[in-house]
Amino acid sequence: MSVAPDPATEPAPVQPPPAATPPGGRGALARREARLAWQLLLPTVLAVSLVVIVPLLAIFWISFKPVGLADLRPPAPVVRERLRGDAAEGDLRIEYRLRNSSRDEPIRGVTLSDTLPDGIAVSGEITGPCTVEGNAISCDFGDLEGGARAEAEIPVTLTGDAEALEAAAEGSEPVVTGEARNILTNGEFTLANFARIFDGSEFWGVIGVTIFYTFFGTVGALVVGLFAAMLLDRSFRGQGILRGLFLFPYVAPVIAVAFTWVTLFDPFSGSANALLLQMGVTQEAINFFGQKPLALIMVTLFEVWRYFPLSFLFILARMQSIDTDMYEAADMDGASPFQKFWYLSVPQLLGILSVLFLLRFIWTFNKFDDIFLLTGGNAGTRVLTVNVYEQAFAVSNIGAGAAVAVVIFACLVLFSVFFFRVMSREEGL
Amino acid sequence: MRWMRHGMVAGPVLGVLWCLTVAVTVAVAMSFVTGSGFRPGLIGVLVAGAAIGWPALRVSRPVRVGIGVIVVAALSLAGFGPVLPGPGVAMASLAVAVLATGGALGAGVAVIMAGCPPGAMTRHQFEAAVIRFLVGFGYVFFTAIVVIPFFVMVMTSLKSQQALLQNPLDFSVDLSRGTDLFRSYVELFRDFRFGSYLWTSFYVSVLTVLITLAFSVPGAYAVARLRFRGRAAFSRSILLIYMVPMIVLALPIYIAFSMTGLRNTLFGIVIVYPVTTIPVALYMLQGYFRGLPGEVEEAGLMDGLSRLAVIWKITLPLSLPALASVSLYVFMIAWNEFLLAFMLLDDPSKFTLTRGVAMLNSSEIPRQHLMAGAVIATVPIMALFLGLERFMTRGLTAGSVKG
Repeated sequence: MSVAPDPATEPAPVQPPPAATPPGGRGALARREARLAWQLLLPTVLAVSLVVIVPLLAIFWISFKPVGLADLRPPAPVVRERLRGDAAEGDLRIEYRLRNSSRDEPIRGVTLSDTLPDGIAVSGEITGPCTVEGNAISCDFGDLEGGARAEAEIPVTLTGDAEALEAAAEGSEPVVTGEARNILTNGEFTLANFARIFDGSEFWGVIGVTIFYTFFGTVGALVVGLFAAMLLDRSFRGQGILRGLFLFPYVAPVIAVAFTWVTLFDPFSGSANALLLQMGVTQEAINFFGQKPLALIMVTLFEVWRYFPLSFLFILARMQSIDTDMYEAADMDGASPFQKFWYLSVPQLLGILSVLFLLRFIWTFNKFDDIFLLTGGNAGTRVLTVNVYEQAFAVSNIGAGAAVAVVIFACLVLFSVFFFRVMSREEGL
Repeated sequence: MRWMRHGMVAGPVLGVLWCLTVAVTVAVAMSFVTGSGFRPGLIGVLVAGAAIGWPALRVSRPVRVGIGVIVVAALSLAGFGPVLPGPGVAMASLAVAVLATGGALGAGVAVIMAGCPPGAMTRHQFEAAVIRFLVGFGYVFFTAIVVIPFFVMVMTSLKSQQALLQNPLDFSVDLSRGTDLFRSYVELFRDFRFGSYLWTSFYVSVLTVLITLAFSVPGAYAVARLRFRGRAAFSRSILLIYMVPMIVLALPIYIAFSMTGLRNTLFGIVIVYPVTTIPVALYMLQGYFRGLPGEVEEAGLMDGLSRLAVIWKITLPLSLPALASVSLYVFMIAWNEFLLAFMLLDDPSKFTLTRGVAMLNSSEIPRQHLMAGAVIATVPIMALFLGLERFMTRGLTAGSVKG
């Protein structure tokens, strides 16, 4: 994917034109214009690279790393400080307890430093690796293995208001340092994620489902959209109302319509099943979103239902811009309605249809929400995008999820190369 | 194929097809409205459709409607009606079904077969009749597939739990319940903080629109009007960025936000949403800016305005309709956005509306609450859409590379 050129790497050229030749190249005005252009674009470039380009690079990085969901928090020493014992009995002591937050990652060179408030003095043998110099406590715990604990005790005496001093002793936050391997930033790489996702029949199943869903979802939406556009490509009363109505599925929030479909086709309390039983089409309730081949067909139908408005808008716009002279000429020549459609309208619409097909193909391929909300990727409907989520969050393997995302991205680059070929032919982009 | 074009074949065939369309429609509609069972009867459809479509029947439209009603009524009395009642159907609703079927059948066939001779038809006449049937079928089909889900959504939200389980077909509104009809809505606003979700969604969407415009207007102007190296590559890469799937970005954004503590904050959401919409806004706006006459801007430049002043005083006022379209489109994207809200927000006090509705999808919360939530999420965007449909449609066609 070609990325927006960064302003830093492509400055306005500053070389002055050679003195002997007539003024060529770009003059001061052109340079100023280019500079202004980059100034205007800079915020967008920055924002987009921060939220799109950097994550894309990150996903490549992560896909080669053995990262699980739990690794998002790097291991760190957790410390608890308490003042224990009784001043009257003279066994008052400050106690530090450390714990490695990670179960299996060691933390190296763990140190702790804290200050003793005025009025508290060390009064005996210190247990643990701590030394006190003046007010400063410093402890060196060395290495803390995964899940290990360590503690230190400093016996103290109080002079002055005991309550306030106790609060002060516990109030001073100890500073702990320690180095742990952060799996996200270190130099350890692995191909295990890719091996894992390509391994096994599951992956090819996912690819097959993705292709089915994408292809039939796209073609279905185009064909239904074409039909709808032909219906509305005539003027009659209520045309505006119908056009608005036909756009409803696309404009409504996906979450609302997806849950409505789930409710409508529920095997126990869904109206669709009740209706089919009533009409005698089926003898027992059908589990529309829970059976293996049917669920995939249903999510594809949902995709067609939800996105036909889009194709119909585009096709209608193109239809209305077709010159009517041509149809009049065809009428004179005695062409029948079907012939006019097949030999005049279809060739005129072929351009917009192919552009729409490619765009919708890419976007259906990218679609996540619809299937996730309808079936959660169960019952044989897991497409690649849902697989990213499944791997990363359900199996808690962020690395494998990222690897799937990289596969998606590779497919996408392939599609866009193709898309721009066709697009430049069709629209001169 | 020639035999198909004979009136004796085409008339009855189209009549039967139309009769089937009408019968299924009436059966489904009557089932939903009354809650009792209606189903299309195959024998009735064949007989009534063929009879009304019979080419020798050359009568005026009102007469054909009358004959349609009589035929359907007679068949229904004989027990072979095109629409068959299930057990326990009231006489009145059956009468309505018979009237509707017969009337629609007669009127439809009259329109479809208008101007067709009883004998051999020309290719034109035949195809025109087929097209008229397809148009009628299309209107019924599309209206049904669009209206039924939304109808189910609204009606389910008004029902009580037992009524839903008792008869999933019954969508009649029990007016005797009075304000109790809206119980699900009251409970959502009272117990599930939907008021605050509504407000959160609203201001997040508005902020997204504002930030998107602030970034994309200057950018679009630069791409459309100013000459600089890499302009073509730039406008192409905008489209490319637009094609990167959200789920691919959502994963690293989730990781980064988890590590920086931006997860679970609305601030994080407001940072991310505009960036997903800036490319499309920029793409839409630059197309519009290109279409504006450059001479007006040049006149402004000649009169001593700076470029920025030209943008502010000339270009923007001229492109108000485009700005409205883009704003509406961006608002719609932000309002409907689900994936990022779902992944990044865990704290119920910070949910957007879509995230709140997703929370309702659990086995402990009754269905009508979920549907009421869906209605609450749908109504504002629909109201906006219907009120400003002109701008919205333009925005959709200009920018909806995305889905």
